[in-house]
Amino acid sequence: MEHYNMNLTLKVWKQKDGNSKGGFETYKVNNISSEMSFLEMFDVLNEQLIHEGKEPIAFDHDCREGICGMCSMYINGRPHGPWQGTTTCQLHMRAFKDGDTIVVEPWRANAFPVVKDLIVDRTSFDRIIQAGGYVSVNTGVTIDANSHMIGKDIADKAFAAATCIGCGACVAACKNSSALLFLSAKTSHLALLPQGQPERNNRALAMVAQMDKEGFGSCTNTGACEAVCPKEIEITNIARLNRDFAGAGLAADIKE
Amino acid sequence: MNWSQFFTSSVGKKLTMALSGIFLILFLIVHVGLNACIWANDGGVMFNKAAHFMGANWVPRVLEIGLFAFFLIHIIQGLVLEIQNRSKRKIGYAVNLGNRGSKWYSRSMGILGSLILIFLVIHIIDFWIPSRFGGLTETIIDGKPYHNLYAEMKYKFSEFEYRHIVIVIYILGVASLFWHLVHGFQSSFRTLGLTNHKYINMMIGLGWAFSLIVCLGFIMMPLSFLFGWIS
Ligand code: SF4
Ligand code: FES
Repeated sequence: MEHYNMNLTLKVWKQKDGNSKGGFETYKVNNISSEMSFLEMFDVLNEQLIHEGKEPIAFDHDCREGICGMCSMYINGRPHGPWQGTTTCQLHMRAFKDGDTIVVEPWRANAFPVVKDLIVDRTSFDRIIQAGGYVSVNTGVTIDANSHMIGKDIADKAFAAATCIGCGACVAACKNSSALLFLSAKTSHLALLPQGQPERNNRALAMVAQMDKEGFGSCTNTGACEAVCPKEIEITNIARLNRDFAGAGLAADIKE
Repeated sequence: MNWSQFFTSSVGKKLTMALSGIFLILFLIVHVGLNACIWANDGGVMFNKAAHFMGANWVPRVLEIGLFAFFLIHIIQGLVLEIQNRSKRKIGYAVNLGNRGSKWYSRSMGILGSLILIFLVIHIIDFWIPSRFGGLTETIIDGKPYHNLYAEMKYKFSEFEYRHIVIVIYILGVASLFWHLVHGFQSSFRTLGLTNHKYINMMIGLGWAFSLIVCLGFIMMPLSFLFGWIS
């Protein structure tokens, strides 16, 4: 595709901190290359703001290659912008054209409170993982990697679920602010494998309990999560989690 | 984990909605089947007998108690869910994802359900209460007296002065039911743990077919009276 430059109007959410009331600010950026990434465009804008003696816009980012899940931006009404299966850092400016107005908001959910501008606090996800999103491994001699036979189809499914980067776009897109796509990806990649079996029941129960405590909503299978997930995590993982939760919850005794 | 922890968890609530929903789906089959008796076109003999059986035999009477219980559970849990889920995002978006991420009806289950509830109340006052607690005329079939529910329907849909309003309310109620079912049917099986695309696609297809057939069945009934297709 041919390279081109564009002038843009940006409407960006600005908020001093978690306790202040935020609002939209309008900015103009000129001469943006179609080859830039969306975050590079924000770098240009922030440079410009610093030169003008204004405060730059705070936004989250780390790897800038689609693997860390930090770059949470809700762009023109869609988490991570218009491209399918893409994080904000991998979104390129050729997705836009000269004269466009782009609205950028933070993730919106009570469980993801705004820290500043576009940065939200996603430690609720960490606490869900801490509740049970792991396998316990005893130390000792290293077990041969091939001692467990795992079918290719199962390994592929587990791997696909394991690609979740914990970005939170699923929550941002969900009308219920449910974290179930994230949670089910994190239970499924273990539940599908033999190593995940001993803690399978407890994992489902403990992680759902923590999710509810964090103030996420209840899933109603709308599918918005799957549509926006940059890693294209499938909604069938949610069905697997539902089944695991029902089985574990019905089997567990009163005091478990 | 005790029962209350199970059913008050976010996934537990979903299971409640799915299981009660499936029970109500089964009830719809019975209801539309009974309604179809009007097309025997025998002046309501078959229909009145069927309605009499539903009110007199103890099996449907016991099931009816279960039906009301499941209706209440589905309605109360549904409303609670809707209110709780709406409260999870205190500050909304300036630009919404809308239909880019999901179907409008999948996001509108609360509103569609509420419309069905309004319709249900009208429907119960119109037909169920008179048929169970009196207020209907009698008709003699094979020498025995029966409640003439058929005459009541015929009156409401083809003679009553505000029949057009009644029919519009019915069509709106059934249309809400249609879209509620299109999402609810397949969603309840996902909630019960269907992960295989082969079966998920089957359930989506079945859901559309079921919703269409059942809802057409319901709508054809007042229209048949209005346009005099049956006597
Ligand atoms: S499921 Fe997808 S959208 Fe949700 S946190 Fe994981 S990668 Fe992000
Ligand atoms: S910055 Fe790491 S995924 Fe975008």
